[in-house]
Amino acid sequence: MENLIEISNLTFSRGGRIIYDDISLQIQKGKTTAIMGPSGIGKTTMLRLMGGQLIPDKGDIKFKGESIPNMRRNRLFEVRRQMSMLFQSGALFTDMSVFDNIAFPLREHTKLSESIIHTIVLLKLQAVGLRGAADLMPAELSGGMARRAALARAIALDPELIMYDEPFAGQDPISMGVLVKLIKALNDALQLTSVVVTHDVNEVLTIADYIYILAEKRVIGSGTPEQIKNSDSPLVQQFLQGKADGPVPFHYPANSTAQAFLGSAS
Amino acid sequence: MKWFINLGANTLNRLEMFGRATFMLFGAIVAKPQPLKMIPLTIKQIHVVGVQSLLIIVVSGLFIGMVMALQGYTILVDYGAEGSLGPMVALSLLRELGPVVTALLFAGRAGSALTAEIGLMKATEQLSSLEMMAVDPLRRVIAPRLWAGIISMPMLALIFSAVGILGGHLVGVDWLGVDSGSYWSIMQATVDWNKDVVNGIIKSIVFAFVITWIATFKGYDSIPTSEGISKATTETVVFSSLAVLGLDFILTALMFGIE
Repeated sequence: MENLIEISNLTFSRGGRIIYDDISLQIQKGKTTAIMGPSGIGKTTMLRLMGGQLIPDKGDIKFKGESIPNMRRNRLFEVRRQMSMLFQSGALFTDMSVFDNIAFPLREHTKLSESIIHTIVLLKLQAVGLRGAADLMPAELSGGMARRAALARAIALDPELIMYDEPFAGQDPISMGVLVKLIKALNDALQLTSVVVTHDVNEVLTIADYIYILAEKRVIGSGTPEQIKNSDSPLVQQFLQGKADGPVPFHYPANSTAQAFLGSAS
Repeated sequence: MKWFINLGANTLNRLEMFGRATFMLFGAIVAKPQPLKMIPLTIKQIHVVGVQSLLIIVVSGLFIGMVMALQGYTILVDYGAEGSLGPMVALSLLRELGPVVTALLFAGRAGSALTAEIGLMKATEQLSSLEMMAVDPLRRVIAPRLWAGIISMPMLALIFSAVGILGGHLVGVDWLGVDSGSYWSIMQATVDWNKDVVNGIIKSIVFAFVITWIATFKGYDSIPTSEGISKATTETVVFSSLAVLGLDFILTALMFGIE
């Protein structure tokens, strides 16, 4: 199977803290790959690295065989037209209507006439079920609708790769179901390659073709949903079952309780 | 020893910040301008930072002109020189108060809004998402705002001075009874186009540049949290006010100091 993105021996640190230490992963073309892990381990950072917004300290990220960190700025901007990203907040432009938000990438990057843009925008909105909301402003949308509108914008230019940053975080069960269905449907209908960063275990197990679990600066488990479920790694199992204590400790590292409470006495 | 370390660290931080600010300015203005896309965006921003600041500028200009006429009259009348009220009001406004007070008001009214807006765009990932859509936020977001500030503030300063002179007329001539003919004719004879009007415009262009640069940079460089944006907004107003007052002295010294 062909890999759209290949990350090899990547090391990345920020503010003196190492976030990734020598990790490698592959995103297969046409598949949905999920990257999971506890909060605060830099899953979003991984997407930003893939999008070329951050530069790794060591290692390489290849998009269709071309190294992203070594690209010149102009080339990077060209490559970014083939990828798009759904941000956690949706990141709709608050000073434009939903319609103009989705028309934005088309107006920026194509020379299509307004009537064609109109058609494309309505098609994309229809795909996410928001054609009726075209004239609303982003502030008038609910959280779930904003994310769907952002999804319509993300697919406006028919990208090859779409990266979802925590698409399910903070959604009610219905919106969550809608998003799961949309991601799956888009992937099948448009032959997209999807990367989903999330910590919602159940949703991911239903849509992902391949899963990477990141923790402690490295990949602790990878495989198809079936392989992950049957993994014998205690760390993976703790994550899947949501146990409070285990290899990932409940307590943030601290000195001993005796020292903390009896500090002056002892 | 400790203060020496702090001094060094602070200086380095300031220099680094200045470097980032210059980098942003170059990316926004110098690198590959795209006038066709820029002009409509800039016009929209001129409406936001310029037209919407008109009211505060006109009202402040009017009152400052009126106060100056009142104060000037009570001093000048003792020497029977109330005929010179016109040039006094006009020169103070054109040379100093117009550019400086407009700049201070502009920093508070438009500069803080620019910082908060850009900071929030950063916090809500709008800037990142522009970048991921292969649109350079420096050119799309920062550049139109920079140009809008640089274009609109000098005009606001001229409007401020003009309204102030009318306010001076209102109090000096209509109320206190200075002769209208001498108010205008001595003003015309005294005010020099190059020395007074043009120098005032130069001042306000410099102030406009500095304020919009600080405001856009502070927003662009802000830490994208509510605390970070509030700090950035405060810094915009404080830094640009201090910069305006400091630069005003330097510019005045250069323009009028050495004859």
